[in-house]
Amino acid sequence: MSVEMTCPLDATTASGSGRVSELKNMVTPGGRVAASAGFMRGHGTYTIDGDLHASVAGVVEQVNKLVCVKPVKSRYIGEIGDVVIGRITEAQQKRWKVETNSRLDSVLMLSSVNLPGGELRRKSLEDELMMREYLHEGDLISAEVQQLFHDGSLSLHTRNLRYGKLSQGVLVKVNPSLVKRRKTHFHNLPCGASVILGCNGYIWISRLVNEQETHTGGYAQNLDEVVPLEERQVIARLSNCVSLLASNRVLLYDTTIISAFDISLQYEIKELLKVDVGAEIALEVRAKLATETQ
Amino acid sequence: MDLLSEHGYRQDGRKPNQIRNINCRLGVYSQADGSAYLEQGNTKVLAAVYGPHEAKQRSRILEDQCLINCQYSMATFSTSERKYRPRGDRKSTELTRHLEKTFNSAVLTTMYPRSQIDIFCEVLQSDGGNLAACINAASLALVDAGVPMRGIVSAAICGATDGQPCIDLNAAEESANIPRLTPCIDLNAAEESANIPRLTVATLPGGDDDLLLLELDHRVHHDQLEAIIDAAVKGAAQVHACLQTAIRKHVSEVATCLQWENS
Repeated sequence: MSVEMTCPLDATTASGSGRVSELKNMVTPGGRVAASAGFMRGHGTYTIDGDLHASVAGVVEQVNKLVCVKPVKSRYIGEIGDVVIGRITEAQQKRWKVETNSRLDSVLMLSSVNLPGGELRRKSLEDELMMREYLHEGDLISAEVQQLFHDGSLSLHTRNLRYGKLSQGVLVKVNPSLVKRRKTHFHNLPCGASVILGCNGYIWISRLVNEQETHTGGYAQNLDEVVPLEERQVIARLSNCVSLLASNRVLLYDTTIISAFDISLQYEIKELLKVDVGAEIALEVRAKLATETQ
Repeated sequence: MDLLSEHGYRQDGRKPNQIRNINCRLGVYSQADGSAYLEQGNTKVLAAVYGPHEAKQRSRILEDQCLINCQYSMATFSTSERKYRPRGDRKSTELTRHLEKTFNSAVLTTMYPRSQIDIFCEVLQSDGGNLAACINAASLALVDAGVPMRGIVSAAICGATDGQPCIDLNAAEESANIPRLTPCIDLNAAEESANIPRLTVATLPGGDDDLLLLELDHRVHHDQLEAIIDAAVKGAAQVHACLQTAIRKHVSEVATCLQWENS
């Protein structure tokens, strides 16, 4: 086995912006944000003697009188309507607990899932007993945030044929602030794979799903089916592209992922994991984005 | 061995009120929610923060605030003599408790009821001031994880020789014997304690200037205590300036990448 060694990369060249100038509206914990008079205390702030101070390091955002500090990195903070990927951790009475990178485990009620086969009826005691047959601990699901509870946990639902159990594919975990909120988070990419960009920073890459298959209710999980090598290679390349974009802090949405995939074709799949190659691709993606937006 | 030379300099050429070089980096692990690496002179520490997440042990869940779970460990190669128990020995357990208490009062725990935050500190090279370095590194890691805190926790260790406080001790100085203290200290007590009095403080400079931790090893006369605390707090303020610079640089870099400067 050969070992390759590289020298450490200069962080500023990888970030693509050259020299980084300090932001004006940035605060660190404990720093004074505003005098409290005339301002409302938002997320990321607290008061000492009537003055607003920051409790996280980030950028100050002000909407009318509301002052918030947005941290550059944090756990997933849910919003209603977000598409998320989660892993079942526990089956309880009438509900599943789902790990969604949030600060508490999310809840998926039995009443807010579609039954296999898309049958519409009230959930009975038999359904309650069958819960482990539907979703077992360790299963991955895609779902939508239905409700936020006051303690900060989320209630999910899968009442749409797009949502449900995930079968064969690759899960990549990234920082939630890197996933751009868009109209759609389900993408069938032209390179021959489908991607679900969970707002919670979990990204699911799987083989292309055709429209007929998705309408079965989302519980079909065929683990015996063998995905052909070419498709697996596309999936592996995509997952490497996503992780290299994430480690170089490029926002993730369909355009960036497709362009990273196209640029990465000149390299072997395993080469994408090298830090210098990743930085180069991320730089090219940024340059391409900049030319497209102009 | 005297801590100070006759000209008032320490063994490594520092003045009594001078801290060692600080070198740090945020976000060193991709898997952890927050992480930091910190060098204070030759003391090198890694810290990783996981959470806030669902508490894994039901019995430890707090209904009104989040639980802070710390672990202090020293790498087996961190000291000049190989360590066979990196964690779990008496000293590590004690320092773990100190870390937990410090961050319990610094983190806004009531914002995350029923959750848990894990802080892991690993000393890679031990050259004095381990607890202070761990607190500083953990503080950076918590900032990286976006955990709300009352301020940037900064810690410093302070010792006293001939009644004069010396901040940020290195290992050679920590083990130095002190033959005499100022006359005001009870000499019997000084003879009993072979080492110099050491004081570790953790503070929140900038915010409400609270003392979060005050840990004194060995006896010291209470007349001297105030001077030592004062010197230690000043040392912590110097550390705070370094940490803040590092955080500002890191946040600027990330925010620029995320194109937040336009918003």
